[in-house]
Amino acid sequence: MTPATRRWVFLIAGAGLVAFYLWGLTGLPGFGAYPGPYGFIINQVAVGQTKATAVVSAINFEYRGFDTVGEEFILFVAAAGVSTVLRHLRGERERSALDEARDRAAPPTSDAVRTLALVFTGPAVIMGWYLAAHAQTAPSGGFQGGVVLATAFILIYLSGQFLLFKRVSPVAVTETVEAVGAGGFACVGLSAVFLGLPYLTNDLGLGTTPGAIDSSGTIALISFFVGVEVAAAFVLIVGELLEQTLLIRQETR
Amino acid sequence: MTGTVAVTTPYSVPVPLMDVLQVVVLVLVAAGATAVVLTRRPVRQVMVLSGYGLMLAVLFMVFQAPDVTLSELTVGAVALPLLLLLALAKIRKKEE
Repeated sequence: MTPATRRWVFLIAGAGLVAFYLWGLTGLPGFGAYPGPYGFIINQVAVGQTKATAVVSAINFEYRGFDTVGEEFILFVAAAGVSTVLRHLRGERERSALDEARDRAAPPTSDAVRTLALVFTGPAVIMGWYLAAHAQTAPSGGFQGGVVLATAFILIYLSGQFLLFKRVSPVAVTETVEAVGAGGFACVGLSAVFLGLPYLTNDLGLGTTPGAIDSSGTIALISFFVGVEVAAAFVLIVGELLEQTLLIRQETR
Repeated sequence: MTGTVAVTTPYSVPVPLMDVLQVVVLVLVAAGATAVVLTRRPVRQVMVLSGYGLMLAVLFMVFQAPDVTLSELTVGAVALPLLLLLALAKIRKKEE
C-alpha cells in the first residue's frame, strides 16, 4: 500500500468514526441526567436494609457483593501471577545491581525524603486501617484502605531501607496475609450458604444504629478482609518489582 | 446541571459555583491528559501522569464521588507511577 492510498484509507475511516461519534453524542442524555429508577430506590432503602450509612459500601459489599468477590480475586490472581513469573528459577543466580553500573555509586537518600517518609509512615498506617474499618459509616472501604496501608510499606522503602522493607514484609508472610484476606471474603459469603441462605447473604447482626462502627453486619467484615487482601497484594507486587530492579538475575549457563 | 435541583443538605453549595468548579476541573483534566501525551521522556511522563492522577482525583471529588477519589488518589497518583518507575529503572539498567 502506497503512502497516498494509506492516507485515503485513514481519511475515510477517520471521517466515518467522527460522523458516528457525533451521531452518538446527539443521543446522549443530558449532563448529570439519571434515567434509571435503581439509584433512587437504593438511596431510599439501603440505610434501612443494611444499617450502613455509606450506601456505596452497601452496594459494593452487599447488593453487588458477588461482583466484588470477582474483583477481589482479579487482584489476588494478579499478585500471584507476578510472584510466579518473577520467582527464582533453577539455573538462575542473583547478582547485585552494583555490578551493572560499577562506575557510579547509588545516590544516598536525602534527609528530606527520609524525614518525610518517616513522618508519613505512621499516619498512613492509621489512615489505612481507618478507611478499611469504616466502610459502613463513611466514604471509604477496604480497597482504598488497603492501598493506603500498602503506601506505608512503600514509605519505609523510600526512607532508604530496602532491607527493612523486606524485613517488615517477608514474602511468605505477605502471601499468607493476602490469601487470608481473599479467603476470608469468600468464607464470609460461604457462611451464609452453610446457614441455608444464598451466597453472601448478610448473616451477621446489623446493629441498631445506622452508621455505628458495629453496624451493617458482613459489610464491615468484608471490607476489613478486602483491606487486608489489597494491602498484602500491593506490598507483594511492589516488593517483587523492587527486587527485580535491585537484583539483576542472570542465567548461569 | 440545570440549576433546578433542590439540595437540602446543610452543606449545600450554590449550584452556579458548583458548575464553575466542574467546568474548571474538566478543563484542567483535559489539559493534563494532553500534557501526559505530549511529554516525550518516559521518566518525566510518569511524573506528569502522577500529577494527572491527582487532577482526576479532584475531578471525582468535585463530582461528588469521594470513594472513587480515594481509589484514584492512591492508585493513579501513587501506585501506577511507582510501578512504571520501577519498570523504567529495570529497562534502563539493561540498556547500559
